[in-house]
Amino acid sequence: MIHIVKKEVSKTRDKILIRVGAVLAALVLSSIIVAFAGANPIELYIGIFQGCFGSIHRFGATIEKMVPLLVLSLGVMVAFKMQFWNIGAEGQFLMGAVGATLVVRLLPNLPLPIMLLCMALLAFIFGAIWLMIPAFFKARFGTNETLFTLMLNYIALTFVTALQYDFWKDPAANGMPKIANLPGNALLPSISGFNLSILFTVIIVLVMYFFMNKSKIGFEIAVLGESENTARYIGINITKTVIIAAMVSGGLCGLVGMFQISGVSGALSIEITGGLGFTAIIVAWLSGLKVPFVVMNSFFFAILLQGASYIQTAFQIPGSVAEMVQAIVLFFILGSEFILQYRITSDKKKREVA
Amino acid sequence: MNNDYVVKMKNITKVFGKVKALDHVEFSLKKGEVHAILGENGAGKSSLMNVLNGIYMPDEGSVEVKGQVVNISSPKDALDLGIGMLPQHYKLVEAFSAIENIAAGSRRTTPFLNKKKILDEMGKLIDKLGMDIEPFKKVYEMSVAEKQSLEIFKVLYRGADVLILDEPTAVLTPQEIENLFGIIRRMVSNGCSVIIITHKLEEVMEISDRITIMRKGTTIQTVKKSETTPQELAGMMVGDVMELNVPFLEVERGEKSLEVKSMTAIDRNKVTILDNVTFDLYAGEILGVAGIAGSGQKELCEGIAGLYPIKSGEVVFEGENIVGKTPEKIYEMGISLSFVPEDRLGMGLVSSMDIIDNVLLKDYRNKKGLGISRVVSRGKAELLVEKLNVSTPGIENHAVSLLSGGNIQKILLGREIALDPKLMITAYATRGLDVGSSQIIYELLNAQKAKMKPIMYIGEDLDVLMSLCDRIMVLCEGKVTGIVDPRKTSKEAIGLMMSGVMDEGEKQ
Repeated sequence: MIHIVKKEVSKTRDKILIRVGAVLAALVLSSIIVAFAGANPIELYIGIFQGCFGSIHRFGATIEKMVPLLVLSLGVMVAFKMQFWNIGAEGQFLMGAVGATLVVRLLPNLPLPIMLLCMALLAFIFGAIWLMIPAFFKARFGTNETLFTLMLNYIALTFVTALQYDFWKDPAANGMPKIANLPGNALLPSISGFNLSILFTVIIVLVMYFFMNKSKIGFEIAVLGESENTARYIGINITKTVIIAAMVSGGLCGLVGMFQISGVSGALSIEITGGLGFTAIIVAWLSGLKVPFVVMNSFFFAILLQGASYIQTAFQIPGSVAEMVQAIVLFFILGSEFILQYRITSDKKKREVA
Repeated sequence: MNNDYVVKMKNITKVFGKVKALDHVEFSLKKGEVHAILGENGAGKSSLMNVLNGIYMPDEGSVEVKGQVVNISSPKDALDLGIGMLPQHYKLVEAFSAIENIAAGSRRTTPFLNKKKILDEMGKLIDKLGMDIEPFKKVYEMSVAEKQSLEIFKVLYRGADVLILDEPTAVLTPQEIENLFGIIRRMVSNGCSVIIITHKLEEVMEISDRITIMRKGTTIQTVKKSETTPQELAGMMVGDVMELNVPFLEVERGEKSLEVKSMTAIDRNKVTILDNVTFDLYAGEILGVAGIAGSGQKELCEGIAGLYPIKSGEVVFEGENIVGKTPEKIYEMGISLSFVPEDRLGMGLVSSMDIIDNVLLKDYRNKKGLGISRVVSRGKAELLVEKLNVSTPGIENHAVSLLSGGNIQKILLGREIALDPKLMITAYATRGLDVGSSQIIYELLNAQKAKMKPIMYIGEDLDVLMSLCDRIMVLCEGKVTGIVDPRKTSKEAIGLMMSGVMDEGEKQ
């Protein structure tokens, strides 16, 4: 008989060893697939590394992929801490981008600093509202936020589709269904591939660290997440806490929408999210809802994303192979969580020993 | 050679993290005996039995069952060896009948349910043991005692002849306890052996043949019941000789502090759960609240603390009416109210947080600004652990839910007292606590009383209530049936009021 036994808390050293081991095992397995695709695995892995860190430009691209994922994960984390399962980051992301675009359409001639500020503000508000709708319904009528936030993703997506194909369609695009590019005064300034959103993200990380660990409201969110009865008992204003948490969570995800269109894509479209709102759930969860680990894991995921896109072009291998490598690594990392928490013992061995 | 012994556990050691739950423990069980394991909370009683039942694997030591050295690594292994343990919280399928629960998961069950066969066997066992089980009654219709009988039966049906009962009497009425003991006696006369975990001395003296006393993870001694006395057992259990009686502290009672007038509340099913409750509470007194479980004690406490909706009536604290105010509002009015709720981990504490953060729960608001600081709470937590002798691997990064019940209660009560409250309400402060911990808690309450604090003490042990409290208010079905001076009344009189007979004084 085989038994699965819960481990006592692992040492930090063991944790690192197991995780590194998982990545190595994943790379070995990926090698087989890569070899079938006709590339040399070793060269390919070196390629991934070079693709991420090989030059200032490539490193910039890695960071560019990290920024949205990191901020989204932080946003999702806040709601998760309250055990409010916000899986609507995709939708909040899109709505944030809609909010930012709206500013540009209404007041196209604002000077750059004010323009960026207004865009960020409206993006935050739009994202926040998109999460406060399900939060309100949950508080009032006890609706299930998991389904609610998920479905709001599709509403947001279809809404943006409607904007792109009809209402906000760029007449100058020769019939192409796209929304007009943002003017220069609405683009985040950048220096050799590093745009201003990086600076904002650093600030957000610091603020969120304080918010989660050292602020009253962060503590209240954690208490409320663990036990509503205890929250009532110590006199936490539950409605207020839920609203603030939903606002911060949705707002951060919305802000990413502004970062993305103003710093990366240059225009609102249905493709800007790239599924990052879902990846952020994995990142937040893997990080145990702790800010430093969210930063670490976002960086790791960014390497996977950037590495995969680099090797496609550098090695002329199909995009699907790059994605498979990515997925295998992810799979092994998730699997290693199991080994971190449980160990497998068999009766036979024990009996022989005894 | 060891045929007399069904179970022999030698040198058992089990370590959790840094805490030695079991430290070279010796235990043996003879065939056909009732063996009590006696000890305070956290003495290692349940841990030892979990080793025998295969839930924990010992780090050291050996287990012999019926003369064979064995390795028990799951409850299934244990059952194969004839050892069955009754869970403290019953694991029955509510929607199933007794017979279906017995069939479910039993390896003797054929793919198609042979109800007749099970019924036959049930009939035999029921006759032999004098159990009261109706085979087709659904579990959700059963009383706690019936569920317990069913659990015992389930284990026996699966072929166990060594039964482990973990605190089986905690949830039973005196009548039901008698019944259970009858079943245990008949099981033993039919060749079973029974291990019973408890910390109640009188039960030990009534039912057991031999007694093993455990303290802090070690076995102190195994004695024959006929050769010992309750006093001796209590002494071994707590270590040094202890005063078993609860001290009453003589304090000149002060001003009237809390006034509850005609408090009425209804529950979710529109049943009146508090009916015109009126009483006063003075500074420097402990007002006991007695009553059968569910007579409105919980609603009364929560109603005063602002956690339960009150339909009508007034709660006047130092001249201000606080009825209908949320805990937040009450705090903002500057009334520091300490409430030790019945549900410790579900309400009083956050089970997944460590001691520091649990202390912080009541502190974090005192700091100005948006931030929190753990400095003050850390100091308080350290003091609390030291003063109340809380046994814990650490005050940080160690969830309170991992501690034993007594230690959890010490943290909750210690935190509330450290707040230096203006009013204290404690609900079942010593429930599930051993003698030593209870003693500490009585002393803490008396110390508060000496500081002229008004204290409401909801309790279930009449002896404790009568010696600790200045006055006792008796509740029955949400009504006050009497407020009496325990030194001028008898236990029987209070018992009568608990069952609804109005006190003479109240009637007038």
